[in-house]
Amino acid sequence: MKDRNLVQVALYAAIFAVLGLLPRFDLPFAAGVPITAQSMGAMLAGVMLGAWRGALAMVLLLFVVALGAPLLAGGRGGLGVFFTPSVGFIFGWIAVAFVAGWLMQALRKAPVFPAALISAVIGGIVVMYAFGIAGLALVGGLSVMDATKACLIFIPGDAIKAVLVALIAQTVARGLPEALLSRNA
Amino acid sequence: MISLYLAQRTWLHGVPAGWKLLALALLSLIAAPLDSLPVMAGLLAAVLLLYASLGKAALAQIALLRPLWPLFAILLAFHWWNGDVAAGLVVLARILAMVLLANAVTMTTRMDAMMDAVEPLLAPLAWFGGSPRAVALAVAMMIRFVPLLFALWEALNESWRARTGKRGGWRLLAPFCIQTLRLSHHTAEALAARGGAPRGTRR
Repeated sequence: MKDRNLVQVALYAAIFAVLGLLPRFDLPFAAGVPITAQSMGAMLAGVMLGAWRGALAMVLLLFVVALGAPLLAGGRGGLGVFFTPSVGFIFGWIAVAFVAGWLMQALRKAPVFPAALISAVIGGIVVMYAFGIAGLALVGGLSVMDATKACLIFIPGDAIKAVLVALIAQTVARGLPEALLSRNA
Repeated sequence: MISLYLAQRTWLHGVPAGWKLLALALLSLIAAPLDSLPVMAGLLAAVLLLYASLGKAALAQIALLRPLWPLFAILLAFHWWNGDVAAGLVVLARILAMVLLANAVTMTTRMDAMMDAVEPLLAPLAWFGGSPRAVALAVAMMIRFVPLLFALWEALNESWRARTGKRGGWRLLAPFCIQTLRLSHHTAEALAARGGAPRGTRR
């Protein structure tokens, strides 16, 4: 079973990378605001793999990025990204995957779609912005209030991503139920 | 895969990865609490000189900062709004200097050299029954998965286009996830058939 866990952690780290390298999705009412599918990868890892494996997938991704692979959206990567003002979001992904996964496991008895939606919203929006805003405030020298204002425009995009993650989780639960590891571990 | 690594050798390539990482860590610790504009401008100028000493290819890498400009503009706007443009400039100079410096390390260090440099830090994993070699395996698997998943996505996209004439976009995500999970099952079985992932010394 351990082999499978290791492969799945590597797989979700890779899915995260691929989401960032794909051309941007055209999200209808978010035109103009640069939206990458990437933060969806963190929600997905948590919702699909559960807390620990999801968080490990994100740790693995950040490790490979730090080693010098340009796997973040727009071909960014290397040690430089850890010094940008978005570093809060970058480390936040670990917490996003953990919290989303933990909630998904806690809501095991609930139907998949609402459970995944709640997990993705709390993990991918509440937790991610808590980290992201803290990072922006610290690195950018802004007050927490200003940092919050600067982040607000991205929230609609992340709400769409949370819905997409829930839809994906539901489809996977129908098509390949044993793949939803957060449910059967 | 596109790489941030500079193929052309420079003097910084010759410095061991461990030293470069240590210098970067120390400098980032020193630079974080400093709030003087001349010092930060000096640091930024020094980093730019470092890039100049590495040659044209290194200077071209500064273009990598382009996606950050909107963020810088927003940061500066907020500081200006609060009536402290100087503080905003200090912050910008610090971010620019540190990002460029960190990027210089990445540019001049091969991924395997970086992996070797951090491997001693992974040794404590063995205390918890983990194995640094399992980490190396996971890294290798992940890097190998990326082009594989790309091909998978392209195949799904092609077949969607054949049916509808449009790009699949987000609609492909669910089938993509199911197919990748199948792929991961096969990989796990193949790995198990070859003796499994490396384990810690403790059994």
